[in-house]
Amino acid sequence: MSEKLLLGLSRRQVIRGLLATTAFGVTVKFGTGCTSEGSEQAAADSGTGGGDGQPITIGFIYVGSKDDYGYNQAHAQGAQGMVDKFSGQVNLVEQASVPETTEVQEAMRSMIDTDGAIALFPTSFGYFDPHIIKVAEEYPEVQFFHAGGLYNEGLPDNIGSYFGYIDEAQYIAGIVAAMTSRSGKLGFVGAKPIPQVLRNINSYTLGARSVKPEVTTQVIFTGNWAEPIKEAEATNSMVDQGIDVVTCHVDSPKVVMETAEKRGIYCTGYHADQSALAPKGYLTGAEWDWTNIYSKIAEDILAGKTLVDGGIEHILRGGLKEGFCKLSAYGSAVSADTQKAADDVLAQFMDGSMVIYKGELKDNQGNVVIASGQEMKQLDPKLEEMNYLVEGVSGSIGS
Amino acid sequence: MAAEATQAIGWWGVLLAIAAGTMRGGTPFLFVSLGECLTEKSGKINLGLEGTLLTGAMTAYGVSYLTGSPWLGVIAAGIAGALLGVIHGWLSQQPRVNDVAVGIAMIIFGSGIAFFFGKPFIQPKAPQLPTIDLGNWSDIPALQAALQITPLFLLGLAIAPVMNWFFRSTRWGLFVRAVGDSPEAARAMGVSIFKVRMLSIIAGSFLAGIGGASLSLYYPGLWTERISSGQGLMAVALVIFARWNPIQCLWASLLFGGAQALGPALQSVGIKEGYYLFNAAPYILTLFIMIFTCSSKKMISGAPGALGTSS
Amino acid sequence: MKSWRRTLEAFCLPFGAILFGLILFGIFCAAVGQNPLAVYGSIWKAGFGNWRTFQNTLIRAAPLMLTSLCTALPARLGLVIIGNEGALIIGGLAAVSIGLVLAGSAPPLIVQVGMAIMGMIAGGLWIASAGALRHYRGVNETISSLLLNYIAIALLNHLVGGPMRDPNSLNKPSTYPLPEADMLSNIPGTRVHWGLLLGVIACVIAYFLIQRTTFGFAARTAGGNIRAARIAGLSVGKLTVIVCFLGGACAGLAGMVEVAAVQGAANESLNVGYGYGGILVAFAARHNPLAAIVMSLLVGGILASGGVLQRSFGLPDATVLVFEGLIFLVVLYSDSLYGKFPFFKEKPVMSPPPPAPSAPTPTATT
Repeated sequence: MSEKLLLGLSRRQVIRGLLATTAFGVTVKFGTGCTSEGSEQAAADSGTGGGDGQPITIGFIYVGSKDDYGYNQAHAQGAQGMVDKFSGQVNLVEQASVPETTEVQEAMRSMIDTDGAIALFPTSFGYFDPHIIKVAEEYPEVQFFHAGGLYNEGLPDNIGSYFGYIDEAQYIAGIVAAMTSRSGKLGFVGAKPIPQVLRNINSYTLGARSVKPEVTTQVIFTGNWAEPIKEAEATNSMVDQGIDVVTCHVDSPKVVMETAEKRGIYCTGYHADQSALAPKGYLTGAEWDWTNIYSKIAEDILAGKTLVDGGIEHILRGGLKEGFCKLSAYGSAVSADTQKAADDVLAQFMDGSMVIYKGELKDNQGNVVIASGQEMKQLDPKLEEMNYLVEGVSGSIGS
Repeated sequence: MAAEATQAIGWWGVLLAIAAGTMRGGTPFLFVSLGECLTEKSGKINLGLEGTLLTGAMTAYGVSYLTGSPWLGVIAAGIAGALLGVIHGWLSQQPRVNDVAVGIAMIIFGSGIAFFFGKPFIQPKAPQLPTIDLGNWSDIPALQAALQITPLFLLGLAIAPVMNWFFRSTRWGLFVRAVGDSPEAARAMGVSIFKVRMLSIIAGSFLAGIGGASLSLYYPGLWTERISSGQGLMAVALVIFARWNPIQCLWASLLFGGAQALGPALQSVGIKEGYYLFNAAPYILTLFIMIFTCSSKKMISGAPGALGTSS
Repeated sequence: MKSWRRTLEAFCLPFGAILFGLILFGIFCAAVGQNPLAVYGSIWKAGFGNWRTFQNTLIRAAPLMLTSLCTALPARLGLVIIGNEGALIIGGLAAVSIGLVLAGSAPPLIVQVGMAIMGMIAGGLWIASAGALRHYRGVNETISSLLLNYIAIALLNHLVGGPMRDPNSLNKPSTYPLPEADMLSNIPGTRVHWGLLLGVIACVIAYFLIQRTTFGFAARTAGGNIRAARIAGLSVGKLTVIVCFLGGACAGLAGMVEVAAVQGAANESLNVGYGYGGILVAFAARHNPLAAIVMSLLVGGILASGGVLQRSFGLPDATVLVFEGLIFLVVLYSDSLYGKFPFFKEKPVMSPPPPAPSAPTPTATT
């Protein structure tokens, strides 16, 4: 979208045209919100606003440093990518290393009061309750988009929640891992036994066992999001136990990838493409595509849509199909057969026919968690409360 | 991918992980604790070694990346550490200025410097220090990997007895001990307390900087802002654990390094609960050892007399 | 008791030090390509500029006031306690435990008082143990309290991740939440919670306790000279334990405030460095509880400016650490300058001052 194009037409016309052609169906609802009174009001209230060519300001808050080569960096790059796409229309304000205390509340307030932000993206899960909820009540005209939280009725309706089902990519990575592994033992270095991590472990394992039912996944929790030495120790001890493919869900996967490469085993990445860190052993990886998501939301905001009037959905979720996440390119160690098997499943994800969680599914204690015949589609909120490890995972969710 | 060979390792893997962890994870502890030992022997505490360690790790990685020479990185890390040591050494010896407080301020300042200037080095891959492979005789890959030793570890291994000899048998070592034990006597000997402490703190910080280099250039071998898991602060406890004896610093560092590997290794063989508590084991152990070896009647043997006093 | 010159000195030195620290930070900013004057302006605006932003400073200052007492009170006995972080965490855990037990069966005020008392007792015992170990076993209190921090953090992670975890806390393991009604509210007309008032009250009480009571006099005597105190018949052991308990209780109260006014549950966000900040505030305030109030506000203002440095100048998040570190180093240094400026002498002397006298210990309002 070039600047010149905008000169002749009103920007909103252009955006509507773009919306009409966009393939992104989840958030788009025509006929509602585009020119509603409410959104105009919101824009006017915040003093910046949409229609008159003034750029809007969007704020991003990160819990860690935005160059951590991991979770926060993925978000920051997504934000930057979004701003690049809408240059001249969107101003970005960012604040990094904001702990989940009153400090994040204050950061939100100053972004609104001082910088005139009309939409905020606090990207850490722990920002949600009570911090975002509290500030959202104070500033009903500002929209709050939170990564990963569960929005439910009764919360202020200017809060939205977005997150990607990156476990779909992990499922495929699991297939690749299982078919490449010789020992049939996979390893997973996790930070904490929380639902987001458990879901990745389970999908990875289910993917692996879908092609080789005897494969097992060993999980080691380091206890914290960034523990480089423990992550390295965990990887090393897994290698010593005969595991030959590892992946992880920690803030920065660099240690795990480099240690795996040093020990001469395979790895699959997380958050972003890490193939440069392990040129020999990198098989594939589950990557976020936040630029895509943020651009969609920014587009809606620029079009004057709001959460309050329903123009933007409160719960925004998606996986591979919706472009929330993607797979890294296959590494050199991945055989043609394996690639084909993985691509087949990818195609099923893309056409929406793939369901990861279906019965009968047992956890690793032998309890049935999904009865036979039952299916849990990705959007099922129950899956976001996952508190078990599936059969085939060796590990425990206690702390 | 000799998975078959390692199949049977099982519980031996835990022992191996601990053994390997002692050397891998123990190396930064070794340098920081030797540095702290030298500092405390002269009668001052340097809590700021946490900041020194981070600055050292960042400098080493950055210099190695920019020049392509990891050894240059190690030297730069030592120098960066020594510069922070100059600040601590000078400030903590001003009248009425408390060394503990200066140390904590130095943690903030040192980590601030390290994080500020370390931003461009988080993502790139810097040349790592070469390792010495002592395990080539074995055909078990796990053992080979465990016996990949960094030259820094050997350096630390050499420094410990040398420092011990320095304290016991050299004139300068006597000065340091005298200044630390009884500043009055040292002054009577015509020794400049300020200079001896200054040099001890600078040399100690130099070692701590190298400890940081071993984190970023050997194990785990990268620069991130979370690279230190508190080794710098722990060094203070470790030195007490080691009773201010460089040789015992060596053993204590190995123990603490091994303890870091214990939690992950136990999980890998199926012990899954309580890893937070496992991870805290070194701290609990140190506290208990302090409780059982101290007494209200006398100082712990080996403790520098002037430590924690304002003199 | 003291001449106005000495009082003036006690004000001028720390503020002069902060000014000097600002100059150093300005040089740092200039070196990395920012206009120092613009940075100063933004820091001022972000920390103290108007009532809205000043509230940000007040919010940040509240926990620092309480945790600083954990170092400042034992310092009167000559002890250097750095276990503030641990005491805060343990206080928070204890407070939420009793809060969850009492919630629903007692009126909010009782629940809140119960939480405050439990938090204070738990934090107090935590630090009192360091004091007791010091007195009865000769264990260095600085190191033992440092170790206790790590143990407290491990305990928090373990309990919140396992035995005390609310299964609904999903991706951020926390204890069960306190009912909204039992939470501490904000001071009316502000967004500052009542913790600020508790902090100010605690500092004022601590001041009077130390400076104006026989107990405080005994503590100061023992701090000055243990042997003399023993000869005077003081029970140094009891004093040590009680003073450490009081200090720990204040940090424990900070934990309770964090739980009851901010988080609504105990989780890892209790461990964000308020304790370490408190240590520096205590030293920068020369262990004077009233000065700790002022120092907390200053540090709160510095921390409040961290955001603006990132948002308005594109400086990295670590900049505020450099700033904070510089200010503290300079303020700590300023301590050594007492008595060095002829102007502040009781009787101004025109000739060059004699070499620094080493004797005076901080007393009264210094």
